[in-house]
Amino acid sequence: MKIGDIDLKRSWPALAGIGAIIAVLAAAFAWTSGLLGQRVTNMTFLEDTQHDFPAGYRRAHGKGMCFEGVFRSSGEAAKYSHASVFAQPETRAIGRFSIGSMSPYAADNSTSTVSMAMMLTADNGQQWRMKMNNEPYFPTRDAPGFLEMMKATAPDPSTGNPNPQQLAAFLAEYPEARKYMEADAVKPWASSFAGATYYAIHAYYLLAEDGRRQAMRWWLRPHAAFTAWSDEERAGASHDALFKEVGQRLTKAPLQWDIVMQLAAPGDPVDDPSQPWPETRQQVVAGTLEVQRVFDQTDGVCRDVNFDPTLIPAGMALSNDPVLATRAGIYAHSYNSRLHEIGYGKATDAVGKKTAQ
Amino acid sequence: MTTETRTVTKTSQANEAGQPERFNLLARLLHWTMAAAIIAMLFIGVAMMTSLTWRPELLDLHQPLGIAILLLAIVRLVNRLRHGAPALPADIPRWQVISAKASHWVLYALMFSLPLLGWGVRSAGGWPVTMLPGVTLPPIAPTHPVWYAVLRDAHGLLAWLLFAVVLMHLCAALMHAWVRRDGVFSTMTPGGLYHRYRRNRK
Ligand code: HEM
Ligand code: HEM
Ligand code: HEM
Repeated sequence: MKIGDIDLKRSWPALAGIGAIIAVLAAAFAWTSGLLGQRVTNMTFLEDTQHDFPAGYRRAHGKGMCFEGVFRSSGEAAKYSHASVFAQPETRAIGRFSIGSMSPYAADNSTSTVSMAMMLTADNGQQWRMKMNNEPYFPTRDAPGFLEMMKATAPDPSTGNPNPQQLAAFLAEYPEARKYMEADAVKPWASSFAGATYYAIHAYYLLAEDGRRQAMRWWLRPHAAFTAWSDEERAGASHDALFKEVGQRLTKAPLQWDIVMQLAAPGDPVDDPSQPWPETRQQVVAGTLEVQRVFDQTDGVCRDVNFDPTLIPAGMALSNDPVLATRAGIYAHSYNSRLHEIGYGKATDAVGKKTAQ
Repeated sequence: MTTETRTVTKTSQANEAGQPERFNLLARLLHWTMAAAIIAMLFIGVAMMTSLTWRPELLDLHQPLGIAILLLAIVRLVNRLRHGAPALPADIPRWQVISAKASHWVLYALMFSLPLLGWGVRSAGGWPVTMLPGVTLPPIAPTHPVWYAVLRDAHGLLAWLLFAVVLMHLCAALMHAWVRRDGVFSTMTPGGLYHRYRRNRK
C-alpha cells in the first residue's frame, strides 16, 4: 500500500520508529512541564489553598507594608565573604513587613508569624534578597513535609480537632516536626514588628577571596526590646494593630536590627532547615539595618519585587537545602501570577485603585 | 593549497547552479551543538518552573546557555547567508519545499527571539541577568509590570511554539533519512557518513 510516494510495506518500521521518537519526546516534555503525571510541582504546591482575595496580591503574606532604609556593614563579615555589601559602608535597603496569613485583609492578630522581606543593592549592582520569619527553624526537613503537616494538623470536620491517627503517622515520618509543634504551641505573640527577630532559616555559604567556604545562618536581631501580647490583649487588638504600631514608632525614630551570622562548625547539618545549630556556635555581626520609613504596599517599588531568598550576591553561595530550592519555585509562581494580574490591568486594590462601588 | 585541489573541492561540493551540495562544516557543527543546546534549554526551562529541588541550579544554567545560543545564532545566520543551503531534491513536492524553507526561517527567528525575550523578562522584573556569579548583563527592557507580564507570556508561548516546530522538523528530517532516503538528511551529517550513504544510493 502507498500513501503519496511512501511505500508503507517497506517503510512501516521507519514510520513507527519516527512516531515513537516524537511521542517519547512529547511525553517527556509534558511530564517535565507538569502537564502529565500527579506529582507535586512548584505549580501545584499551593493549589489547594484557596485565595478568596482580589487580583494582584501575594499568594501568601498578602498583608504587608513596605519600608526603606540603609544597611551599615561592620566589616566583620568581609573576612569570610568578598560580597560588596559586607565591605562598603552603606547599602540601600528596601523591604516589607508582613504577617503570615494568606489574605491581604487578615487581621493582625490572626497569626503569630510576623515577617520581614528585604533587598540590599550594593554599589556594583549586586542584589541580596531575603524573606524571613520570626521562627528560628522550619518544621520539616523538606517542603513536601510541610504539606503533610498542613494536612495532619487540619481540623477534622467531624470533631473540630486534628485526627490523632493522621498526626501520629505524620510525626512518625517527620519526627523532627515534634519540636517545632511544641515550640509553636507556646510561642509568644509578638505585639510589634520592631522587637521581633527574623530568621533566614536556611544555611548559606560565605565565600572568601582565597576560596574558603564557611557555612552560615543569619538572622536579624532587633535593638528594640521584644514585646508580646497577653491573650486578652491579643483578643482585643485592632485589625491593623501591628502595622499602625510600627508606623507610629518610625515617626519618632528609626528602627534597627543587627545582621547576626552564626558560623557552622564542621559536622553541623547544613542542608536541613529543621535542625538549628547549637547556640554556642561563633557569631559574627555583619552590620546593622536601619529602617527609616514605611510606605504603602501598593507602591511598585516593593509590590513588584519577589524577595527571592535564592538571589544572593557573588561572594555567597546557596546550600543544598531542599526547602530553599522549593521556595524559589513557589515564589516564582506567586510572583508571575500577581505581576500578570497587575500587568494586564486586572488588579485594583493591590495597585491602590479603589474597586468600583 | 594549489589551484587544482581547490577546483576539485569546488566541483564535489557544489552543483551547477552554484548551490553547495551539503552544509559546510561550520553549519553542521553549529546545527548539532545548537540542536542539543536548544532542546536542553526547552527542558531546563519547563523543569525550572516545576522542580521542587533544582530550580536555582537550572536557572543558573538557563541564562548563560540561552545567551550562548543567541551568540551562536548570529554566527550561524551570517554563515548561512554567505554560503547558502543545498537545494532540495527535484522530486520533492512544492508544498514540502516551501514548508521546509519556512520552518527553517521560523527556527532562526525563534533562536533569536527566545533568548532576547528571556533577557527582557529578567530585565523587566528587575532581576540581574546573571551569566556567572558577579557577571551580569545590562537590562534591555524597563523594569515594569506591564513589560514583565507581556514578555514573560511571550517567552513562555514562543518556547512552546519552538518545541512544536522542533518536533515537526525532527519528524521531517527522519522521514528524509529513513523513509524517503533522498540524501537530504546527510547534507547535515559528517563527511564520512555522507560519502558512505551516497555510495549506497548509487
Ligand atoms: C514551603 C513552605 C513555604 C511556602 C509554601 C511559602 C509560600 C509563600 C508565598 C506563596 C509567598 C508570596 C510570595 C510572593 O508573591 O512574593 C510567601 C511570602 C513570604 N514567605 Fe513564604 N513560604 C514558605 C516558607 C517560608 C519560610 C521558611 C519563610 C521564612 C524563612 C518564609 C517567609 C516568607 C516571607 C517573609 C514572605 C513575604 C515576602 C514579601 O514580603 O514579599 N516562607 N511565602
Ligand atoms: C534558546 C533559548 C531559550 C529557550 C529555548 C528558553 C526556554 C524557556 C522555557 C521553556 C521556559 C519555561 C516557560 C514556561 O513554563 O512558561 C523559560 C522560562 C524562562 N526563561 Fe527561557 N529560554 C531561552 C533563553 C532564555 C534566556 C537567554 C533567558 C535570560 C537571560 C531566559 C530567561 C527565562 C526566564 C526568566 C524564564 C521564566 C522564569 C520564571 O518565570 O520564573 N531564557 N525559558
Ligand atoms: C535533534 C534533532 C534534529 C535533527 C535530526 C535535525 C536535522 C536536520 C537536517 C537533516 C537538516 C538539513 C535538512 C534540510 O536542509 O532540510 C536540518 C536543517 C536545519 N535545522 Fe535541524 N535538526 C534537529 C534539530 C534542530 C533544532 C533544535 C534546530 C533549531 C531550533 C534546528 C534548526 C535547523 C535549521 C535552521 C536548519 C536549516 C539549515 C541551517 O541554516 O542551519 N534543527 N536539520
